[in-house]
Amino acid sequence: MNSYLNIDHVGITFPTDNGPLNVLDNVNLKVEQGEFISLIGHSGCGKSTVLNIVAGLLQATEGGVLLENREVREPGPDRAVVFQNHSLLPWLSVYDNVRLAVDQVFKRTKSKAERDEWTRHNLELVHMSHALDRKPDEISGGMKQRVGIARALAMEPKVLLMDEPFGALDSLTRTHMQDSLMEIQAELNNTVIMITHDVDEAVLLSDRIIMMTNGPSASIGEILQVELERPRDRLSLAEDRDYNHYRAEVVRFLHERHVGKRPQTAAETATDAGAGQDETQGAQEKQGLRLAV
Amino acid sequence: MSIAIRSHKTFEITWLENAIGFLASDRLTKTTGKLARNVLVPFTAILVFLLLWAAGAQQVQTSLGVLPGPAKVWEQTKALYDEHVAERDKAAAFYERMDKRVEKAIAAGKPAEKIERMKSRSYTGKETFIDQIFTSLWTVMTGFVIASLIAIPVGIVIGMSQTLYQAFNPIIQVFKPVSPLAWLPLVTMVVSAVYVSDDPWFSKSFLNSAITVTLCCLWPTIINTAVGVSGVSKDLINVSRVLKLSWFTKTLKIVLPSAIPMMFTGLRLSLGIGWMVLIAAEMLAQNPGLGKFVWDEFQNGSSNSLARIMVAVIAIGFIGFLLDRGMLALQRTVSWDKSAVLR
Repeated sequence: MNSYLNIDHVGITFPTDNGPLNVLDNVNLKVEQGEFISLIGHSGCGKSTVLNIVAGLLQATEGGVLLENREVREPGPDRAVVFQNHSLLPWLSVYDNVRLAVDQVFKRTKSKAERDEWTRHNLELVHMSHALDRKPDEISGGMKQRVGIARALAMEPKVLLMDEPFGALDSLTRTHMQDSLMEIQAELNNTVIMITHDVDEAVLLSDRIIMMTNGPSASIGEILQVELERPRDRLSLAEDRDYNHYRAEVVRFLHERHVGKRPQTAAETATDAGAGQDETQGAQEKQGLRLAV
Repeated sequence: MSIAIRSHKTFEITWLENAIGFLASDRLTKTTGKLARNVLVPFTAILVFLLLWAAGAQQVQTSLGVLPGPAKVWEQTKALYDEHVAERDKAAAFYERMDKRVEKAIAAGKPAEKIERMKSRSYTGKETFIDQIFTSLWTVMTGFVIASLIAIPVGIVIGMSQTLYQAFNPIIQVFKPVSPLAWLPLVTMVVSAVYVSDDPWFSKSFLNSAITVTLCCLWPTIINTAVGVSGVSKDLINVSRVLKLSWFTKTLKIVLPSAIPMMFTGLRLSLGIGWMVLIAAEMLAQNPGLGKFVWDEFQNGSSNSLARIMVAVIAIGFIGFLLDRGMLALQRTVSWDKSAVLR
């Protein structure tokens, strides 16, 4: 009963101008150590919200998250996040971006030389050793995402959370990154929760695919166990019957949801508004200041 | 083929660009074309301006004679410099004379008290144009530095807290548009009431000017710093939350660097405003500096006055330009965002 990560009957309601908006309802998921989980669903269904609750960046209004039987109350490096837009500090070099995280997490447990070594090791892992001194502006989108992953891995997280890590990349770079991620995963055997829009990505990388229903009050619709042998190879899998079966399952689910979604356009807009709420509020604050100039 | 010009398509003054392109390139190599555009074009523009000025000025008859053209202004520029050199020589001669007299007095066994008094006497010649320039520069930098030292921390704090922002915003908005000349009488009265000392570090007029500059330099820096700080990307804040950075580390490593470009925008605005304010304040209050020079020349009303005022106008503009370039150079070395367009 005591699983590694337990997302226990989580629900979240945001207050909006049009009254409270229930974005997630009764999300229930148990994750074992070393498992690779994908969250897939239509835009605005609350995938990112689930991830943010696990990360501690958002507080669930109902239920809660337990990691190794301890409740998650705030963000922390044991639940490292790889953000969709890499979120590297543009004024720090590749090395310093990772080193900042390493210094923060291993302040007391590692010596200076060890922290330097560990930073280099993690950048080596994502094949970025050649660009240690470059600034994020000077490297490509794929490289930035590699550094973002290195930074997260360097924290030695119990759970690695990835919010559409490859969503902003072109498809060729994305394939490279997926292969890299599989390699790293084979070596480190991290517990990973990844949000994706890409069906192939989900099937290729995951042990389980969590398909979410549409919001508001989104929840887990179906769970697909992907029992493909590892290491997985995308070329041979393209012809594989099981692979294509899993793929078809996910596509079917998404398609059904899409059709089912049509009549509730009003609700859909409301959910989108809810999901983007934080950003909108930030933008308004900013605008308030801008106006004041 | 004409060289591709950046603004060619942007602003669509094709005929002009083509004309310049024709003048600058075609038969020339690329480097000479570039040189022509970077040097020749501004040079031509200045030349055209000087010609128009020379031609136009002759048409204006004032009570102090014809409005001076570039030649007269140049002549006065040299005259002002010569006056400065002459004044310096006079000062040097004065101190030499004084030294001799002091020596003589010591030899004659005069009381030490009297010798001290002789030694402390300083030259009281009139301030030259060059002196006034340095007085103004010193005043504006003092006012600007004081303003920045106050405005940057205030801006950071206000930018970080929505509540504080709301608290301070009305005050800032009300004081921001106040003209420096409205501050000046208040500052003068307060300074003469509060700053009472037998052996003052600064003269009161210097303080009046500097504080007036400070009061006008504060607002752009405060506002822009606050906007820069509050505009820190939410994602970067999330990174700092995941890393559990302390408040201090977060401010130092994330908030400040990302606010630096905006901060410099504010500082540059402030310095520009400060320089303009200072000249006006010096004119009004008769405080030493370029503004006083302009006012004195105006009151003087000699046949050279207008040309001298024009020298001052050009000097003021040129110094303002250099100050802005200086800030830009500083921004370039401090800011991480080298790709930002710095104009």
